[in-house]
Amino acid sequence: MASPSEPSENEVIEFVTFVAGEQSFCIEITQIREIRRWSPVTLLPHAPDHVLGVMNLRGAVIPIFDLAAKLGLGRITPTERHVIIIAAVSGQTIGLLVDSVSEILSVRSDSVQEAPNVRGDDTTSCVLGVVPVEDGMTRVIDLRRIVPNATEGAA
Amino acid sequence: MKPKVLAIDDSRTIRELLRACLENAGFDVTTGEDGVDGTTKFPEVSPDVVITDINMPNMDGFGVIDTIRRGEVNRSVPILVLTTESAPELKARAREAGATGWIVKPFDDASLVSVLKRVTGL
Amino acid sequence: MSNSIRDTFFEECEDLLDALIEGLSEMSAGTHEEETVHAVFRAVHSIKGGAGAFGLDQLVNFAHTFETVLDRVRSGEMEIEPDLMRVLQRAGDHLSDLVEANRIESGVDETTHAGLLGQLNGFLGKEGEDDVADDGAEEFVFEALSIDIGAPMETAPQTAGFEIRFTPRPELYANGHEPLLLFQSLSQLGSLQVTCEYASPPLGASDWQAPAASWQLTLATSEPEHAIHEVFEFVEGLCELDVQPIPVGPEQPEQQVVTEPAQAPPPTDPLPKPDHPRSAEPRQESRPDPKPAGPRPTLRVDLERVDRLINTVGELIINQAVISQRIEEMNLPSGAGLTTELEDYKLLAREIQEGVMAIRAQPVKPLFQRMSRIVREASDATGKAARLVTEGESTEVDKTVVERLADPLTHMIRNAIDHGLENAEKRAQAGKEPVGTIRLAAFHRSGSVLIEVSDDGAGLNREKILEIAISKGLVSPEADLNPGEIDNLLFMPGFSTATEVSNLSGRGVGMDVVKTAITSLGGRVTIQTRAGEGTTFSIVLPLTLAVMDGMVVTVSDQTMVVPISSIIETIRPSPGELHRFGVDGWLLSIRGSYVPIVDVAGCLGTGDSRADIREQVLLLVQTEGQSHCALAVDGISDQRQVVIKSLEGNYGHIPGVSAATILGDGKIALIIDPDAVIANSSASLRRLPDPRLEKELPHGIAL
Repeated sequence: MASPSEPSENEVIEFVTFVAGEQSFCIEITQIREIRRWSPVTLLPHAPDHVLGVMNLRGAVIPIFDLAAKLGLGRITPTERHVIIIAAVSGQTIGLLVDSVSEILSVRSDSVQEAPNVRGDDTTSCVLGVVPVEDGMTRVIDLRRIVPNATEGAA
Repeated sequence: MKPKVLAIDDSRTIRELLRACLENAGFDVTTGEDGVDGTTKFPEVSPDVVITDINMPNMDGFGVIDTIRRGEVNRSVPILVLTTESAPELKARAREAGATGWIVKPFDDASLVSVLKRVTGL
Repeated sequence: MSNSIRDTFFEECEDLLDALIEGLSEMSAGTHEEETVHAVFRAVHSIKGGAGAFGLDQLVNFAHTFETVLDRVRSGEMEIEPDLMRVLQRAGDHLSDLVEANRIESGVDETTHAGLLGQLNGFLGKEGEDDVADDGAEEFVFEALSIDIGAPMETAPQTAGFEIRFTPRPELYANGHEPLLLFQSLSQLGSLQVTCEYASPPLGASDWQAPAASWQLTLATSEPEHAIHEVFEFVEGLCELDVQPIPVGPEQPEQQVVTEPAQAPPPTDPLPKPDHPRSAEPRQESRPDPKPAGPRPTLRVDLERVDRLINTVGELIINQAVISQRIEEMNLPSGAGLTTELEDYKLLAREIQEGVMAIRAQPVKPLFQRMSRIVREASDATGKAARLVTEGESTEVDKTVVERLADPLTHMIRNAIDHGLENAEKRAQAGKEPVGTIRLAAFHRSGSVLIEVSDDGAGLNREKILEIAISKGLVSPEADLNPGEIDNLLFMPGFSTATEVSNLSGRGVGMDVVKTAITSLGGRVTIQTRAGEGTTFSIVLPLTLAVMDGMVVTVSDQTMVVPISSIIETIRPSPGELHRFGVDGWLLSIRGSYVPIVDVAGCLGTGDSRADIREQVLLLVQTEGQSHCALAVDGISDQRQVVIKSLEGNYGHIPGVSAATILGDGKIALIIDPDAVIANSSASLRRLPDPRLEKELPHGIAL
């Protein structure tokens, strides 16, 4: 499995888990810059549905994506209760709007399983792998599939 | 106290090479960017030895030697001429102008330091 | 050898090459001064010196030959005539190539290299001789310490040592020598015995012209005689030196005791003024100039530091805007005095910002000078004689602009020579002088930088352009295009005017690449052409890349910014000035002409419900095709300086939007690219599909 940080066998990886479109997802903690409350964004013309707009993060222009919409799980109508996860990948910084952040999950790298190869819908193409948790499982997001103009991708 | 060298060359590359080599050999290095800059710094630095290029804008190496040798202070300081010219007449001219010795570019660190020690005893 | 010094060398080479090319072009134009030739010589000389330090032999050898020719020119032995100038300029170009090849550790074209070396040697009168490399190699032996291979090599020591008589003259001390040091060097060759003899100096006399002391030295050594002379190398001519070998035999001195060499008598006043050994007349070249005519002192700063500073100042400008807005919202009584302070703060912030931006500003001169080479090469490749005329070389623009304009300018100049200029025959028919002129000019105009590339050729052949565009399917055969629009077809991807692809302009780049490069710098490029007189490409660039003056507008509840530079005027039209046109289009009548109105919200796809045109504000702008257009927005709120933030880094390009900025309330506002918005409007769409447009736009004006 090609995890961005290429962990060796049995290394402990920390993930931040969160809920989007009623499913549990997670992102490796090293890719996360900060977590903020939703605040209104500036709309972008000609943007796909899952692009909510851009926000100002200490002088930087950060695009905000509706993760559920990107994954084909329906659009979120953002309110102040919603959360934006600021993440960085391939030199780009982006924000992901999610329903709520759940917890920090520490697992051994060998407990991350490759995502079963089911039909390539929007969700499965953005998921790197799955991690079993007490009440089910959480899906590891491949940020490189989310950022708009990343040239390299987990193809 | 470290012995002081004033190194005058209009080439930044050569200045940096000289600085690296001489600092490594335990000298306290001041550089000058051309003859005018070098001779302006000369009195305040009061070096134990001067190394100067010949071909420079504003004031050439002969000008440097002349200015120092005719100056009020430290006028018999050893002055080494650093030059790519190896023509004998140029050496003769440098000596006549008052140069103590010469170093032909490109120099290697060991030779440079050895010539320097030879004329300064440092 | 440290890599950072190697980097310094190549950095310095850039400066030296700029100076070289500049000097050579002055020499070529005959506008040079004597110092120019010296500066040219020094540039090549310094490159040679540095290259030698890094063992870049090919570069050293070429620079050496080049320098030798220049030395003859500077001494007046050789006359500056056109043939020589041609070779010198090409040698300069080749030297640039050699430096670059060495920097990236690749090779150069051997034929050119050998050819130019041959030509240079031709001027030195040793054509065909193959000794250049040897010359170069010999030059760089470390002579001061080298062993004289010319001296007979002794197979076994023939001597037991040497008797040396050494009598220094006053000049020896004056030249900074110290006999003690010479003795120390000698003692490293063997065991040394020193006896000092004082000549009886006339009491009270300070006649240092006469030798005051001499030394008798006995050196027991197996070293050959030239080793002794090497020690005295620097003092030759400054002393009397007599070296006598001591033959091997029983007379060999028994005494092996090394005595401390006597301290030389200290030259208390070795240079009495009246008897100065050297001429009192200072040489012209060495006279210290009280006001050196050289460049003003400069400071080299890591570019990253400057950019960090620029970013911070950008934040300061935003912060200032935020504070202003907050205070305004507080509705303080007008006598609070804060307004004046705030105004000062604003001015100071702006001053700092301008000062910081000025650090990055550089004259376009080196960029323009590089283009003279392009003209020469293109002229050679096409067989069309051309010369470059430059204007406004001291115009300063942002460093990034200078760097990123090189490729577009190169392409435009090649294009101008290849396609713009006529061949000699046609020029003669047209009564033009045989040598074509390429003009490269830069100047500031109302907060922008204008760069023009013109030729005095035949002008654009619009018929042919249209024909090509139709044949390539870039435009429909029925299209009714005005001349400006036809000219702009040149910038369309996939367009190339060369029916037969010449090896010059046909390097797989079209004018569309030029346009993209300029647009990415926030600039615009326009064409003016006159049949029989030539064509001018004008590039308008923002003065700085980080900040611009913008008009803050409202477009369907979103705050946006329109660059002031593109706005001619703002208009609140009276109902009588608005005319319906087509299905849902409008025209504005202004000063007797009709101007199409483009609805910004519609073009950007941000407006769900179309605003009533009669309540909107119009911004009259000039389009790339030189015609006018009115942008309709919902309102205008302010005019202010905004800090440009790229959207491309974290997101990507948005059609119709050039960048974003952060407003006083911390919100992001998009900066509109008026040209792209107009190009995207369906008015243009119908006839000129714009490549930047990714999907059909919902609203627009039909014309």
